[in-house]
Amino acid sequence: MADGTTPAKLGAGATMSRLAVIGAAVAAMAGGFAYAGGWLSPGTLTPARLVDQFERDNGVHAGFRRNHAKGVCVGGFFEGSGEASGLSKAQIFARGRVPVIGRFALAGGQPYAADAAVTVRSMALRFTLPDGEEWRTGMNDIPVFAVSTPQGFYDQLVASRPDAATGKPDPARMKAFLDRHPETARAVAAIKAATPSSGFADSTFNSLDAFRFVNADGVSTPVRWATVPVGPATSETPAQTAQTDKNYLFDALIAAIGQHPLQWRLVVTIGQPGDPTDDATIAWPAGRRTVDAGTLTIDHIEGEATGPCRDLNFDPLVLPAGIEPSDDPLLSARSAAYAQSFTRRAGEARQPSAVATPARTEGQNS
Amino acid sequence: MSSRPGFTLLSRGLHWLMAALILAMLFIGVAMVASLADYHALVSLHEPLGILILALVVIRLANRLLHPAPPLPGHLPRWQRLAAKASHVALYGLMLAMPLIGWAMLSAAGYPIALWGSLHLPPILPHDAMVYAALRQAHTVLAYLLFATISAHLAAALMHALIHRDGVFESMAPWRAPKGRNEEPPAVVPVP
Repeated sequence: MADGTTPAKLGAGATMSRLAVIGAAVAAMAGGFAYAGGWLSPGTLTPARLVDQFERDNGVHAGFRRNHAKGVCVGGFFEGSGEASGLSKAQIFARGRVPVIGRFALAGGQPYAADAAVTVRSMALRFTLPDGEEWRTGMNDIPVFAVSTPQGFYDQLVASRPDAATGKPDPARMKAFLDRHPETARAVAAIKAATPSSGFADSTFNSLDAFRFVNADGVSTPVRWATVPVGPATSETPAQTAQTDKNYLFDALIAAIGQHPLQWRLVVTIGQPGDPTDDATIAWPAGRRTVDAGTLTIDHIEGEATGPCRDLNFDPLVLPAGIEPSDDPLLSARSAAYAQSFTRRAGEARQPSAVATPARTEGQNS
Repeated sequence: MSSRPGFTLLSRGLHWLMAALILAMLFIGVAMVASLADYHALVSLHEPLGILILALVVIRLANRLLHPAPPLPGHLPRWQRLAAKASHVALYGLMLAMPLIGWAMLSAAGYPIALWGSLHLPPILPHDAMVYAALRQAHTVLAYLLFATISAHLAAALMHALIHRDGVFESMAPWRAPKGRNEEPPAVVPVP
């Protein structure tokens, strides 16, 4: 002891009570850890439970994404126009070219499903900035998202689970879900009213979630963005709809890129005060100011087996300085669920993709 | 018997700072993987904090080599000395391994390793999903092992403080004045 004396021996009662204090301290720490980890609240929606629901609805397809399972890898570059550099200090918006890796895919957890015009199409991109920063974004060809919260998303998954007898969702359960979620009923009506284009190459892909651009002066602006095809969009024809080729959308994309590079403009829409940034089911009013931030050129396509996109997580919150998340609750949830899906498939053996892609197809003019 | 030698002020400062940071890290880590709403905010905290802990553990290891721990009191049985030694080796090993595995795992996943603003760390492994999956699993298992080791360390420290009252806890206590630091207990007083 500090005073050099031997401490008095503790009585049995004192020893027991002191041991109890030690036990309580260790138990409190362990209990806090269990609480933080969500083990004491098994009803709470977690990333794992969200992805479990995808696996219940679709089965487990080893090596594939749990959502947007069917897809191909693409690559090319982005050339900033400089016009968005006053809104965001992100280097990508300065004039200049950065490499891009991307992925076109169809929504849903079925990697071997037949292509269909009504299936939501997605474009995911990873821009590599000069200093090691990255910007990753996942966009869809629908005007608004169907749900505004992670719980709504989960409830929609549960409601749309295919019925064992019919293989289709139970309409009564779906109706009950839509009655409970009027925002989804409105959003679904807007999504159904939009006519799908003929394919990936002439689709407009929307960020859906709002973000914030921050410029060099620290001014923060609410934004949404979209990639808008440079060529004209055409509606899907009845002949396409009657296609028997189950990969017709992907095959058309491979053929198109084989002919020439495909281009999209990155159009940034600026939100006004009062425009909701936390609800992806609501479109901002038409006529909002837009800025043409640059041109995306996709000049080659490659199957997932050899392409670089399968093992990339297009986490929408991998953002460079100058782009920040908004208060949209879907953003953090997407980041968490994508990470969960990525971790699960990363450790699984690869399976061949349904889309038969040549090793690498490049545009003739690229 | 004289006052037991304690740890230096720097050693104690590093110990308690890292205790707070590592416990915060373990709680942040276990909470973030279970959270949808706070996932991004917690990840944004977890990664730079991990790198800070890595920097601190390097300083601490160097400090430990320069200033070894004071000896344990003689009354402790052999198994407790071995347990103390083993748990300290485990704690140092895990403190060093956890941030390195985290950094390696993000590298293998192909994620950029963001510190602050546009400041980034380079990858320390090539992009490989299978390697990522293995390291991600190791990061979880070792985090639980670290939490268990810290719990045992806390229990042992409290045993010394409340039951044995042998000065071992006081040698690392944050409030202890560095009295008797690095002093050898006086030998038998020479009789003229």
